[in-house]
Amino acid sequence: MTHENKIWQWSANLFMMAVSIACLLPFALLVISSFTDEQAIISNGYSFFPEQFSLTAYRYLLDQSQELLRAYGITILVTVLGTSVSLVITSMLAYPLSRRDIPLRNPLAFFVFFTMLFNGGLVPTYLIYTQYLDIKNTIWALIIPGLLMNGFNVMLMRTFFITSIPVPILESAYIDGATEFRTFRSIVLPLSLPILATIGLFQTIGYWNDWFNGLVYLTDPKLFSIQNILNRILTDIQFLSNSGLGSNASQSMAKMPSGTVRMAIAVVGVIPILVAYPFFQKYFVKGITIGAVKG
Amino acid sequence: MMLPGLAYLIINNYAPMFGLIIAFKNINFAQGIWGSDWIGLQNFEYLFKTTDAYIITRNTILYNGGFIILNLVIAVGIAILLNEIRSKIMARFYQSVVLLPFLISMVIVSYLVYAVLSIETGFMNKTVLPFLGLDAISWYSEAQYWPYILTIVHIWKSVGFYCVVYLAAIIGIDQEYYEAATLDGASKWQQIKSITLPLISPVITMMTLLAIGRIFYSDFGLFYQVPMDAGALSDTTNVIDTYVYRGLMQLGDIGMSSAAGLYQSLVGFILVLLANYIVRKINKDNALF
Repeated sequence: MTHENKIWQWSANLFMMAVSIACLLPFALLVISSFTDEQAIISNGYSFFPEQFSLTAYRYLLDQSQELLRAYGITILVTVLGTSVSLVITSMLAYPLSRRDIPLRNPLAFFVFFTMLFNGGLVPTYLIYTQYLDIKNTIWALIIPGLLMNGFNVMLMRTFFITSIPVPILESAYIDGATEFRTFRSIVLPLSLPILATIGLFQTIGYWNDWFNGLVYLTDPKLFSIQNILNRILTDIQFLSNSGLGSNASQSMAKMPSGTVRMAIAVVGVIPILVAYPFFQKYFVKGITIGAVKG
Repeated sequence: MMLPGLAYLIINNYAPMFGLIIAFKNINFAQGIWGSDWIGLQNFEYLFKTTDAYIITRNTILYNGGFIILNLVIAVGIAILLNEIRSKIMARFYQSVVLLPFLISMVIVSYLVYAVLSIETGFMNKTVLPFLGLDAISWYSEAQYWPYILTIVHIWKSVGFYCVVYLAAIIGIDQEYYEAATLDGASKWQQIKSITLPLISPVITMMTLLAIGRIFYSDFGLFYQVPMDAGALSDTTNVIDTYVYRGLMQLGDIGMSSAAGLYQSLVGFILVLLANYIVRKINKDNALF
Protein backbone atom coordinates (compact mmCIF):
# COMPACT_ATOMS: atom_id res chain seq x y z
CA MET A 1 0.00 0.00 0.00
CA THR A 2 1.35 3.40 -0.92
CA HIS A 3 1.82 6.18 1.60
CA GLU A 4 -1.01 8.24 0.12
CA ASN A 5 -3.38 5.29 0.38
CA LYS A 6 -2.51 4.72 4.02
CA ILE A 7 -3.36 8.30 4.89
CA TRP A 8 -6.60 7.94 2.98
CA GLN A 9 -7.56 4.77 4.83
CA TRP A 10 -6.78 6.31 8.19
CA SER A 11 -8.68 9.53 7.64
CA ALA A 12 -11.65 7.78 6.04
CA ASN A 13 -11.90 5.39 8.98
CA LEU A 14 -11.51 8.17 11.52
CA PHE A 15 -14.19 10.26 9.87
CA MET A 16 -16.60 7.34 9.62
CA MET A 17 -15.97 6.50 13.27
CA ALA A 18 -17.05 10.02 14.19
CA VAL A 19 -20.16 9.71 12.01
CA SER A 20 -21.00 6.34 13.56
CA ILE A 21 -20.68 7.72 17.07
CA ALA A 22 -22.98 10.61 16.16
CA CYS A 23 -25.52 8.08 14.88
CA LEU A 24 -25.31 5.83 17.94
CA LEU A 25 -25.08 8.28 20.86
CA PRO A 26 -28.78 9.27 20.93
CA PHE A 27 -29.72 5.57 21.07
CA ALA A 28 -27.31 5.10 23.94
CA LEU A 29 -28.91 8.00 25.79
CA LEU A 30 -32.34 6.44 25.22
CA VAL A 31 -31.35 3.01 26.51
CA ILE A 32 -29.30 4.28 29.42
CA SER A 33 -32.03 6.62 30.62
CA SER A 34 -34.58 3.79 30.51
CA PHE A 35 -32.37 1.99 33.05
CA THR A 36 -31.82 5.07 35.19
CA ASP A 37 -33.38 5.76 38.54
CA GLU A 38 -36.24 8.28 38.21
CA GLN A 39 -34.87 10.48 41.01
CA ALA A 40 -31.47 10.63 39.36
CA ILE A 41 -33.09 12.01 36.19
CA ILE A 42 -35.10 14.58 38.10
CA SER A 43 -32.03 15.91 39.92
CA ASN A 44 -29.29 15.50 37.27
CA GLY A 45 -31.18 15.27 34.00
CA TYR A 46 -30.77 12.63 31.31
CA SER A 47 -27.19 11.49 31.37
CA PHE A 48 -24.84 8.96 29.82
CA PHE A 49 -23.35 8.23 33.24
CA PRO A 50 -26.28 8.29 35.67
CA GLU A 51 -25.67 8.17 39.39
CA GLN A 52 -27.98 5.25 39.92
CA PHE A 53 -29.25 2.47 37.71
CA SER A 54 -32.65 0.96 38.24
CA LEU A 55 -35.00 -1.55 36.64
CA THR A 56 -38.14 0.15 37.94
CA ALA A 57 -39.27 1.29 34.52
CA TYR A 58 -39.21 -2.21 33.09
CA ARG A 59 -40.91 -3.64 36.19
CA TYR A 60 -43.65 -1.06 35.73
CA LEU A 61 -44.03 -2.15 32.11
CA LEU A 62 -44.42 -5.77 33.19
CA ASP A 63 -47.11 -4.80 35.69
CA GLN A 64 -48.98 -2.67 33.17
CA SER A 65 -48.32 -5.10 30.37
CA GLN A 66 -51.89 -5.65 29.22
CA GLU A 67 -52.33 -2.38 27.35
CA LEU A 68 -48.82 -2.62 26.00
CA LEU A 69 -49.23 -6.21 24.89
CA ARG A 70 -52.39 -5.42 22.96
CA ALA A 71 -50.65 -2.50 21.27
CA TYR A 72 -47.77 -4.82 20.44
CA GLY A 73 -50.15 -7.38 18.98
CA ILE A 74 -51.84 -4.74 16.85
CA THR A 75 -48.50 -3.41 15.64
CA ILE A 76 -47.33 -6.91 14.66
CA LEU A 77 -50.63 -7.76 12.96
CA VAL A 78 -50.65 -4.52 11.00
CA THR A 79 -47.00 -4.87 10.00
CA VAL A 80 -47.25 -8.50 8.87
CA LEU A 81 -50.57 -8.13 7.07
CA GLY A 82 -49.70 -4.77 5.51
CA THR A 83 -46.26 -5.84 4.34
CA SER A 84 -47.47 -9.12 2.80
CA VAL A 85 -50.44 -7.60 0.98
CA SER A 86 -48.20 -4.78 -0.14
CA LEU A 87 -45.58 -7.14 -1.59
CA VAL A 88 -48.25 -9.14 -3.41
CA ILE A 89 -50.03 -6.22 -5.05
CA THR A 90 -46.84 -4.25 -5.76
CA SER A 91 -45.17 -7.16 -7.54
CA MET A 92 -48.36 -8.08 -9.39
CA LEU A 93 -48.55 -4.56 -10.74
CA ALA A 94 -44.84 -4.17 -11.41
CA TYR A 95 -44.32 -7.43 -13.28
CA PRO A 96 -46.73 -6.81 -16.20
CA LEU A 97 -45.34 -3.28 -16.48
CA SER A 98 -41.88 -4.78 -16.95
CA ARG A 99 -42.96 -6.84 -19.95
CA ARG A 100 -42.51 -5.33 -23.39
CA ASP A 101 -45.42 -7.25 -24.91
CA ILE A 102 -48.19 -6.01 -22.64
CA PRO A 103 -50.90 -3.84 -24.26
CA LEU A 104 -51.21 -0.27 -22.93
CA ARG A 105 -47.83 -0.63 -21.20
CA ASN A 106 -46.85 3.02 -21.47
CA PRO A 107 -50.17 4.59 -20.45
CA LEU A 108 -50.33 2.23 -17.46
CA ALA A 109 -46.76 3.04 -16.46
CA PHE A 110 -47.64 6.73 -16.63
CA PHE A 111 -50.75 6.06 -14.52
CA VAL A 112 -48.45 4.75 -11.80
CA PHE A 113 -45.73 7.34 -12.30
CA PHE A 114 -48.14 10.28 -12.13
CA THR A 115 -49.04 9.45 -8.52
CA MET A 116 -45.44 10.30 -7.65
CA LEU A 117 -45.83 13.80 -9.11
CA PHE A 118 -49.26 14.96 -8.03
CA ASN A 119 -51.68 14.13 -5.26
CA GLY A 120 -54.86 15.30 -3.65
CA GLY A 121 -53.37 16.08 -0.28
CA LEU A 122 -54.51 15.35 3.25
CA VAL A 123 -57.98 16.90 3.30
CA PRO A 124 -59.57 15.08 0.33
CA THR A 125 -57.83 11.84 1.30
CA TYR A 126 -59.14 12.15 4.83
CA LEU A 127 -62.67 12.84 3.60
CA ILE A 128 -62.65 9.90 1.21
CA TYR A 129 -61.47 7.44 3.84
CA THR A 130 -63.84 8.72 6.52
CA GLN A 131 -66.93 9.77 4.55
CA TYR A 132 -67.06 7.15 1.80
CA LEU A 133 -65.03 4.18 3.07
CA ASP A 134 -65.91 4.49 6.74
CA ILE A 135 -62.47 3.49 7.88
CA LYS A 136 -62.42 5.50 11.07
CA ASN A 137 -61.70 3.45 14.20
CA THR A 138 -61.16 0.18 12.37
CA ILE A 139 -57.97 -1.82 12.05
CA TRP A 140 -57.98 -1.02 8.31
CA ALA A 141 -57.21 2.59 9.14
CA LEU A 142 -53.75 1.47 10.20
CA ILE A 143 -53.18 -0.61 7.06
CA ILE A 144 -54.75 0.99 4.03
CA PRO A 145 -54.41 4.78 3.82
CA GLY A 146 -51.21 5.88 2.17
CA LEU A 147 -49.05 2.94 3.19
CA LEU A 148 -50.20 -0.11 1.25
CA MET A 149 -48.54 0.64 -2.06
CA ASN A 150 -46.76 3.53 -3.71
CA GLY A 151 -45.57 4.45 -7.15
CA PHE A 152 -41.92 4.60 -6.13
CA ASN A 153 -41.87 0.96 -4.99
CA VAL A 154 -43.69 -0.17 -8.14
CA MET A 155 -41.12 1.61 -10.31
CA LEU A 156 -38.21 0.24 -8.28
CA MET A 157 -39.55 -3.29 -8.67
CA ARG A 158 -40.35 -2.89 -12.35
CA THR A 159 -36.80 -1.77 -13.08
CA PHE A 160 -35.46 -4.79 -11.21
CA PHE A 161 -37.65 -7.14 -13.27
CA ILE A 162 -36.57 -5.48 -16.53
CA THR A 163 -32.86 -5.60 -15.77
CA SER A 164 -32.46 -8.91 -14.00
CA ILE A 165 -35.04 -11.39 -15.28
CA PRO A 166 -33.74 -12.77 -18.61
CA VAL A 167 -36.50 -12.91 -21.21
CA PRO A 168 -35.39 -16.32 -22.61
CA ILE A 169 -36.22 -17.94 -19.26
CA LEU A 170 -39.76 -16.60 -19.48
CA GLU A 171 -40.08 -17.76 -23.07
CA SER A 172 -38.95 -21.28 -22.27
CA ALA A 173 -41.50 -21.40 -19.46
CA TYR A 174 -44.29 -20.59 -21.93
CA ILE A 175 -43.03 -23.24 -24.33
CA ASP A 176 -43.27 -25.73 -21.48
CA GLY A 177 -46.90 -24.70 -21.15
CA ALA A 178 -46.76 -22.55 -17.99
CA THR A 179 -49.48 -19.91 -17.59
CA GLU A 180 -48.58 -16.24 -17.05
CA PHE A 181 -49.42 -16.49 -13.39
CA ARG A 182 -47.43 -19.67 -12.88
CA THR A 183 -44.39 -18.18 -14.61
CA PHE A 184 -44.65 -15.19 -12.34
CA ARG A 185 -44.98 -17.29 -9.20
CA SER A 186 -42.43 -20.00 -9.81
CA ILE A 187 -39.83 -18.24 -11.93
CA VAL A 188 -39.95 -14.46 -11.56
CA LEU A 189 -40.53 -14.18 -7.81
CA PRO A 190 -37.80 -16.64 -6.73
CA LEU A 191 -35.33 -14.73 -8.90
CA SER A 192 -36.35 -11.43 -7.30
CA LEU A 193 -35.46 -11.97 -3.66
CA PRO A 194 -33.21 -8.87 -3.40
CA ILE A 195 -35.92 -6.47 -4.51
CA LEU A 196 -38.66 -8.25 -2.54
CA ALA A 197 -36.48 -8.04 0.58
CA THR A 198 -35.75 -4.37 -0.06
CA ILE A 199 -39.39 -3.37 -0.56
CA GLY A 200 -40.31 -5.70 2.29
CA LEU A 201 -37.93 -3.82 4.57
CA PHE A 202 -39.29 -0.43 3.45
CA GLN A 203 -42.82 -1.61 4.15
CA THR A 204 -41.98 -3.24 7.47
CA ILE A 205 -40.31 -0.04 8.66
CA GLY A 206 -43.21 2.00 7.30
CA TYR A 207 -45.87 -0.04 9.10
CA TRP A 208 -43.98 -0.58 12.32
CA ASN A 209 -43.16 3.10 12.65
CA ASP A 210 -46.40 4.60 11.42
CA TRP A 211 -48.17 6.81 13.91
CA PHE A 212 -49.81 9.19 11.44
CA ASN A 213 -52.75 6.98 10.39
CA GLY A 214 -53.47 6.27 14.02
CA LEU A 215 -53.32 9.97 14.85
CA VAL A 216 -55.68 10.92 12.04
CA TYR A 217 -58.13 8.01 11.83
CA LEU A 218 -58.25 6.53 15.35
CA THR A 219 -59.86 7.88 18.49
CA ASP A 220 -60.37 4.49 20.15
CA PRO A 221 -57.28 3.64 22.26
CA LYS A 222 -58.12 -0.09 21.96
CA LEU A 223 -56.73 -0.01 18.42
CA PHE A 224 -53.60 1.96 19.23
CA SER A 225 -50.27 0.64 17.99
CA ILE A 226 -47.08 1.05 19.99
CA GLN A 227 -46.27 4.26 18.15
CA ASN A 228 -49.74 5.66 18.88
CA ILE A 229 -49.30 4.94 22.58
CA LEU A 230 -45.91 6.64 22.58
CA ASN A 231 -47.48 9.53 20.73
CA ARG A 232 -50.38 9.77 23.16
CA ILE A 233 -48.02 9.87 26.14
CA LEU A 234 -46.12 12.67 24.45
CA THR A 235 -49.23 14.74 23.67
CA ASP A 236 -50.48 14.30 27.23
CA ILE A 237 -47.25 15.78 28.57
CA GLN A 238 -47.56 18.64 26.12
CA PHE A 239 -51.14 19.26 27.08
CA LEU A 240 -50.22 19.42 30.75
CA SER A 241 -47.20 21.65 30.28
CA ASN A 242 -49.00 23.97 27.84
CA SER A 243 -52.12 24.37 29.93
CA GLY A 244 -50.14 25.19 33.08
CA LEU A 245 -52.77 23.78 35.40
CA GLY A 246 -50.42 23.88 38.37
CA SER A 247 -51.37 21.54 41.19
CA ASN A 248 -53.95 19.75 39.06
CA ALA A 249 -51.30 19.06 36.49
CA SER A 250 -48.91 17.56 38.98
CA GLN A 251 -51.69 15.30 40.22
CA SER A 252 -52.34 13.89 36.75
CA MET A 253 -48.59 13.85 36.14
CA ALA A 254 -48.29 11.42 39.02
CA LYS A 255 -50.66 8.98 37.33
CA MET A 256 -48.81 9.11 34.04
CA PRO A 257 -45.83 7.00 33.12
CA SER A 258 -42.73 8.73 34.35
CA GLY A 259 -39.74 9.76 32.27
CA THR A 260 -37.91 6.47 32.55
CA VAL A 261 -41.01 4.44 31.71
CA ARG A 262 -41.52 6.47 28.55
CA MET A 263 -37.96 5.73 27.56
CA ALA A 264 -38.46 2.05 28.33
CA ILE A 265 -41.56 1.90 26.08
CA ALA A 266 -39.57 3.61 23.35
CA VAL A 267 -36.78 1.05 23.72
CA VAL A 268 -39.27 -1.80 23.56
CA GLY A 269 -40.76 -0.19 20.44
CA VAL A 270 -37.40 0.07 18.68
CA ILE A 271 -36.04 -3.40 19.37
CA PRO A 272 -38.05 -5.50 16.86
CA ILE A 273 -36.96 -3.31 13.94
CA LEU A 274 -33.33 -3.55 14.99
CA VAL A 275 -33.65 -7.33 15.27
CA ALA A 276 -35.26 -7.66 11.83
CA TYR A 277 -32.82 -5.32 10.10
CA PRO A 278 -29.75 -7.61 9.77
CA PHE A 279 -31.84 -10.28 8.04
CA PHE A 280 -32.82 -7.86 5.31
CA GLN A 281 -29.54 -6.05 5.12
CA LYS A 282 -27.64 -8.42 2.87
CA TYR A 283 -30.28 -7.97 0.17
CA PHE A 284 -30.65 -4.29 0.73
CA VAL A 285 -27.83 -2.69 -1.25
CA LYS A 286 -28.22 -5.25 -4.02
CA GLY A 287 -31.94 -4.54 -4.35
CA ILE A 288 -31.43 -0.79 -4.54
CA THR A 289 -28.42 -1.08 -6.87
CA ILE A 290 -30.36 -2.69 -9.61
CA GLY A 291 -33.68 -1.08 -8.79
CA ALA A 292 -32.45 2.49 -8.77
CA VAL A 293 -31.34 2.45 -12.38
CA LYS A 294 -33.83 4.49 -14.35
CA GLY A 295 -36.19 2.29 -16.35
CA MET B 1 -52.92 -9.45 -12.23
CA MET B 2 -52.63 -5.68 -12.15
CA LEU B 3 -56.16 -5.06 -10.90
CA PRO B 4 -55.61 -4.91 -7.11
CA GLY B 5 -52.71 -2.50 -7.47
CA LEU B 6 -54.51 -0.26 -9.93
CA ALA B 7 -57.65 -0.28 -7.79
CA TYR B 8 -55.60 0.83 -4.79
CA LEU B 9 -54.01 3.68 -6.75
CA ILE B 10 -57.45 4.81 -7.90
CA ILE B 11 -58.85 4.89 -4.35
CA ASN B 12 -55.79 6.15 -2.52
CA ASN B 13 -54.23 8.47 -5.10
CA TYR B 14 -56.65 9.41 -7.86
CA ALA B 15 -59.96 9.79 -6.03
CA PRO B 16 -58.53 12.45 -3.68
CA MET B 17 -57.42 14.44 -6.73
CA PHE B 18 -61.07 15.02 -7.56
CA GLY B 19 -61.57 15.95 -3.95
CA LEU B 20 -59.42 19.00 -4.66
CA ILE B 21 -62.62 20.80 -5.73
CA ILE B 22 -63.30 21.11 -2.00
CA ALA B 23 -60.91 24.04 -2.09
CA PHE B 24 -63.42 25.93 -4.23
CA LYS B 25 -66.43 25.09 -2.13
CA ASN B 26 -68.00 26.16 1.09
CA ILE B 27 -68.19 22.70 2.60
CA ASN B 28 -71.35 21.92 4.43
CA PHE B 29 -71.55 18.32 5.59
CA ALA B 30 -75.34 18.28 5.55
CA GLN B 31 -75.24 18.86 1.79
CA GLY B 32 -72.22 16.63 1.15
CA ILE B 33 -69.18 17.49 -0.92
CA TRP B 34 -71.00 17.57 -4.24
CA GLY B 35 -74.00 19.48 -2.91
CA SER B 36 -72.07 22.25 -1.15
CA ASP B 37 -72.05 25.72 -2.67
CA TRP B 38 -69.31 26.89 -5.02
CA ILE B 39 -67.50 29.91 -3.68
CA GLY B 40 -64.79 30.27 -6.29
CA LEU B 41 -61.47 31.51 -5.01
CA GLN B 42 -62.68 32.80 -1.64
CA ASN B 43 -60.80 30.16 0.36
CA PHE B 44 -57.60 31.18 -1.39
CA GLU B 45 -58.27 34.84 -0.74
CA TYR B 46 -58.62 34.14 2.98
CA LEU B 47 -55.51 32.01 2.97
CA PHE B 48 -53.25 34.49 1.23
CA LYS B 49 -54.50 37.44 3.25
CA THR B 50 -53.12 35.88 6.42
CA THR B 51 -49.45 36.16 7.36
CA ASP B 52 -49.58 32.38 7.78
CA ALA B 53 -49.42 31.90 4.02
CA TYR B 54 -46.12 33.74 3.83
CA ILE B 55 -44.61 32.01 6.87
CA ILE B 56 -45.55 28.47 5.86
CA THR B 57 -44.38 28.97 2.28
CA ARG B 58 -41.08 30.49 3.38
CA ASN B 59 -40.43 27.81 5.99
CA THR B 60 -41.35 24.97 3.66
CA ILE B 61 -39.11 26.12 0.84
CA LEU B 62 -36.13 27.16 2.96
CA TYR B 63 -36.12 23.96 5.01
CA ASN B 64 -36.59 21.61 2.09
CA GLY B 65 -34.16 23.49 -0.14
CA GLY B 66 -31.56 23.26 2.61
CA PHE B 67 -32.32 19.58 3.18
CA ILE B 68 -31.92 18.76 -0.52
CA ILE B 69 -28.49 20.38 -0.72
CA LEU B 70 -27.21 19.03 2.61
CA ASN B 71 -28.52 15.51 2.01
CA LEU B 72 -26.89 15.45 -1.39
CA VAL B 73 -23.48 16.75 -0.32
CA ILE B 74 -23.22 14.78 2.93
CA ALA B 75 -24.66 11.53 1.58
CA VAL B 76 -22.52 11.51 -1.57
CA GLY B 77 -19.48 12.38 0.55
CA ILE B 78 -20.08 9.56 3.03
CA ALA B 79 -20.90 7.10 0.23
CA ILE B 80 -17.59 7.87 -1.52
CA LEU B 81 -15.67 7.48 1.74
CA LEU B 82 -17.45 4.22 2.54
CA ASN B 83 -16.54 2.86 -0.87
CA GLU B 84 -12.88 3.70 -0.27
CA ILE B 85 -12.63 1.83 3.00
CA ARG B 86 -10.67 -1.37 2.44
CA SER B 87 -11.72 -3.35 5.45
CA LYS B 88 -14.99 -5.01 4.43
CA ILE B 89 -15.99 -5.59 8.05
CA MET B 90 -15.57 -1.92 8.97
CA ALA B 91 -17.34 -0.74 5.81
CA ARG B 92 -20.29 -2.97 6.60
CA PHE B 93 -20.34 -1.79 10.20
CA TYR B 94 -20.37 1.90 9.22
CA GLN B 95 -23.05 1.29 6.63
CA SER B 96 -25.35 -0.42 9.12
CA VAL B 97 -24.83 2.23 11.76
CA VAL B 98 -25.43 5.18 9.44
CA LEU B 99 -28.73 3.63 8.39
CA LEU B 100 -29.93 3.02 11.97
CA PRO B 101 -31.60 6.41 12.54
CA PHE B 102 -33.56 5.88 9.32
CA LEU B 103 -35.18 2.80 10.86
CA ILE B 104 -36.87 4.44 13.84
CA SER B 105 -40.07 6.42 13.96
CA MET B 106 -40.37 10.18 14.36
CA VAL B 107 -42.19 9.66 17.64
CA ILE B 108 -39.12 7.99 19.06
CA VAL B 109 -36.90 10.66 17.49
CA SER B 110 -38.93 13.26 19.32
CA TYR B 111 -38.32 11.34 22.57
CA LEU B 112 -34.60 11.46 21.84
CA VAL B 113 -34.72 15.18 21.13
CA TYR B 114 -36.71 15.68 24.31
CA ALA B 115 -34.08 13.82 26.31
CA VAL B 116 -31.47 16.20 24.94
CA LEU B 117 -33.42 19.47 25.03
CA SER B 118 -35.93 19.13 27.86
CA ILE B 119 -35.88 22.33 29.91
CA GLU B 120 -35.78 20.70 33.36
CA THR B 121 -33.94 17.46 32.70
CA GLY B 122 -32.39 17.67 29.23
CA PHE B 123 -28.83 16.63 28.54
CA MET B 124 -28.09 20.07 27.05
CA ASN B 125 -29.36 22.13 29.97
CA LYS B 126 -28.11 19.79 32.70
CA THR B 127 -24.75 18.67 31.34
CA VAL B 128 -23.48 20.46 28.22
CA LEU B 129 -24.36 24.10 28.92
CA PRO B 130 -23.24 24.07 32.60
CA PHE B 131 -19.98 22.44 31.49
CA LEU B 132 -19.45 25.32 29.05
CA GLY B 133 -20.43 27.78 31.75
CA LEU B 134 -23.57 28.90 29.93
CA ASP B 135 -27.11 29.47 31.19
CA ALA B 136 -29.89 26.98 30.56
CA ILE B 137 -32.08 27.70 27.53
CA SER B 138 -35.79 26.93 27.37
CA TRP B 139 -35.55 25.27 24.00
CA TYR B 140 -39.23 24.58 23.50
CA SER B 141 -40.17 28.26 23.65
CA GLU B 142 -37.33 29.91 21.71
CA ALA B 143 -38.16 29.81 18.03
CA GLN B 144 -34.78 31.01 16.76
CA TYR B 145 -32.94 27.77 17.56
CA TRP B 146 -35.30 25.47 15.68
CA PRO B 147 -34.05 25.92 12.13
CA TYR B 148 -30.75 24.42 13.31
CA ILE B 149 -32.29 21.77 15.52
CA LEU B 150 -34.69 20.56 12.83
CA THR B 151 -31.96 20.54 10.19
CA ILE B 152 -29.63 18.49 12.38
CA VAL B 153 -32.39 16.05 13.30
CA HIS B 154 -33.44 15.68 9.67
CA ILE B 155 -29.93 15.04 8.41
CA TRP B 156 -29.23 12.66 11.26
CA LYS B 157 -32.33 10.66 10.43
CA SER B 158 -32.29 10.56 6.65
CA VAL B 159 -28.73 10.84 5.42
CA GLY B 160 -28.11 7.11 5.88
CA PHE B 161 -30.82 6.23 3.39
CA TYR B 162 -29.50 8.54 0.67
CA CYS B 163 -26.04 7.30 1.44
CA VAL B 164 -27.07 3.70 0.71
CA VAL B 165 -28.70 4.75 -2.57
CA TYR B 166 -25.53 6.52 -3.72
CA LEU B 167 -23.31 3.75 -2.41
CA ALA B 168 -25.33 1.27 -4.45
CA ALA B 169 -24.72 3.40 -7.55
CA ILE B 170 -20.98 3.64 -6.82
CA ILE B 171 -20.65 -0.12 -6.31
CA GLY B 172 -22.25 -0.53 -9.74
CA ILE B 173 -19.36 1.33 -11.43
CA ASP B 174 -17.04 -0.91 -13.44
CA GLN B 175 -13.74 -1.38 -11.56
CA GLU B 176 -11.78 -1.18 -14.83
CA TYR B 177 -12.21 2.59 -14.94
CA TYR B 178 -10.37 2.90 -11.64
CA GLU B 179 -7.66 0.44 -12.65
CA ALA B 180 -7.01 2.38 -15.85
CA ALA B 181 -6.96 5.66 -13.92
CA THR B 182 -4.52 4.27 -11.35
CA LEU B 183 -2.20 3.11 -14.14
CA ASP B 184 -2.31 6.61 -15.59
CA GLY B 185 -1.25 7.92 -12.19
CA ALA B 186 -4.52 9.61 -11.22
CA SER B 187 -4.80 10.56 -7.55
CA LYS B 188 -7.76 9.51 -5.41
CA TRP B 189 -9.17 13.00 -5.65
CA GLN B 190 -8.88 13.02 -9.46
CA GLN B 191 -10.54 9.62 -9.65
CA ILE B 192 -13.47 10.80 -7.56
CA LYS B 193 -13.81 13.97 -9.60
CA SER B 194 -13.60 12.43 -13.06
CA ILE B 195 -14.93 8.89 -12.59
CA THR B 196 -17.17 8.48 -9.55
CA LEU B 197 -19.11 11.74 -9.66
CA PRO B 198 -19.88 11.75 -13.40
CA LEU B 199 -20.93 8.10 -13.33
CA ILE B 200 -23.33 8.48 -10.42
CA SER B 201 -24.74 11.78 -11.69
CA PRO B 202 -27.83 10.11 -13.24
CA VAL B 203 -28.82 8.75 -9.82
CA ILE B 204 -28.02 12.10 -8.19
CA THR B 205 -30.17 13.91 -10.74
CA MET B 206 -33.06 11.48 -10.34
CA MET B 207 -33.04 11.70 -6.54
CA THR B 208 -32.77 15.49 -6.66
CA LEU B 209 -35.59 15.83 -9.19
CA LEU B 210 -37.86 13.68 -7.04
CA ALA B 211 -36.90 15.78 -4.02
CA ILE B 212 -37.59 19.03 -5.87
CA GLY B 213 -40.99 17.69 -6.88
CA ARG B 214 -41.68 17.20 -3.20
CA ILE B 215 -40.19 20.52 -2.07
CA PHE B 216 -43.65 21.73 -1.06
CA TYR B 217 -44.23 18.65 1.07
CA SER B 218 -42.49 18.40 4.39
CA ASP B 219 -41.78 15.50 6.64
CA PHE B 220 -44.87 15.98 8.81
CA GLY B 221 -43.38 14.02 11.70
CA LEU B 222 -40.28 16.18 11.81
CA PHE B 223 -42.17 19.44 11.95
CA TYR B 224 -45.05 18.26 14.14
CA GLN B 225 -43.59 15.68 16.53
CA VAL B 226 -40.09 16.92 17.11
CA PRO B 227 -41.06 20.48 18.21
CA MET B 228 -43.96 18.80 20.09
CA ASP B 229 -46.57 20.93 18.36
CA ALA B 230 -45.45 23.87 20.53
CA GLY B 231 -47.29 27.05 19.59
CA ALA B 232 -44.43 29.32 20.66
CA LEU B 233 -42.21 27.85 17.95
CA SER B 234 -44.65 28.14 15.07
CA ASP B 235 -42.78 31.04 13.48
CA THR B 236 -39.93 28.72 12.53
CA THR B 237 -41.58 25.30 12.66
CA ASN B 238 -44.90 25.77 10.86
CA VAL B 239 -44.88 24.37 7.33
CA ILE B 240 -47.68 23.74 4.83
CA ASP B 241 -48.23 20.17 6.04
CA THR B 242 -48.58 21.09 9.69
CA TYR B 243 -50.81 24.01 8.72
CA VAL B 244 -53.11 21.74 6.68
CA TYR B 245 -53.19 19.18 9.48
CA ARG B 246 -54.04 21.75 12.16
CA GLY B 247 -56.68 23.29 9.91
CA LEU B 248 -58.34 19.91 9.39
CA MET B 249 -57.98 18.17 12.76
CA GLN B 250 -57.68 20.93 15.33
CA LEU B 251 -59.51 23.94 13.92
CA GLY B 252 -62.00 22.22 11.64
CA ASP B 253 -61.32 24.81 8.95
CA ILE B 254 -61.63 22.50 5.96
CA GLY B 255 -61.91 25.24 3.33
CA MET B 256 -58.68 27.03 4.18
CA SER B 257 -56.91 23.76 4.86
CA SER B 258 -57.79 22.28 1.47
CA ALA B 259 -56.93 25.54 -0.29
CA ALA B 260 -53.46 25.25 1.24
CA GLY B 261 -53.39 21.60 0.20
CA LEU B 262 -54.21 22.40 -3.42
CA TYR B 263 -51.66 25.21 -3.47
CA GLN B 264 -49.14 22.66 -2.24
CA SER B 265 -49.98 19.95 -4.80
CA LEU B 266 -50.11 22.36 -7.71
CA VAL B 267 -46.89 24.25 -7.02
CA GLY B 268 -45.07 20.97 -6.35
CA PHE B 269 -46.27 19.61 -9.67
CA ILE B 270 -45.23 22.74 -11.58
CA LEU B 271 -41.82 22.69 -9.89
CA VAL B 272 -41.09 19.10 -10.88
CA LEU B 273 -42.16 19.78 -14.48
CA LEU B 274 -39.91 22.81 -14.56
CA ALA B 275 -36.94 21.03 -13.02
CA ASN B 276 -37.35 18.12 -15.39
CA TYR B 277 -37.57 20.50 -18.35
CA ILE B 278 -34.31 22.17 -17.34
CA VAL B 279 -32.54 18.83 -16.88
CA ARG B 280 -33.86 17.71 -20.28
CA LYS B 281 -32.36 20.80 -21.87
CA ILE B 282 -28.96 20.07 -20.35
CA ASN B 283 -28.82 16.31 -20.69
CA LYS B 284 -31.75 14.36 -22.08
CA ASP B 285 -30.66 11.06 -20.54
CA ASN B 286 -30.80 12.36 -16.99
CA ALA B 287 -34.37 13.63 -17.18
CA LEU B 288 -37.07 11.85 -15.21
CA PHE B 289 -39.49 11.68 -18.14
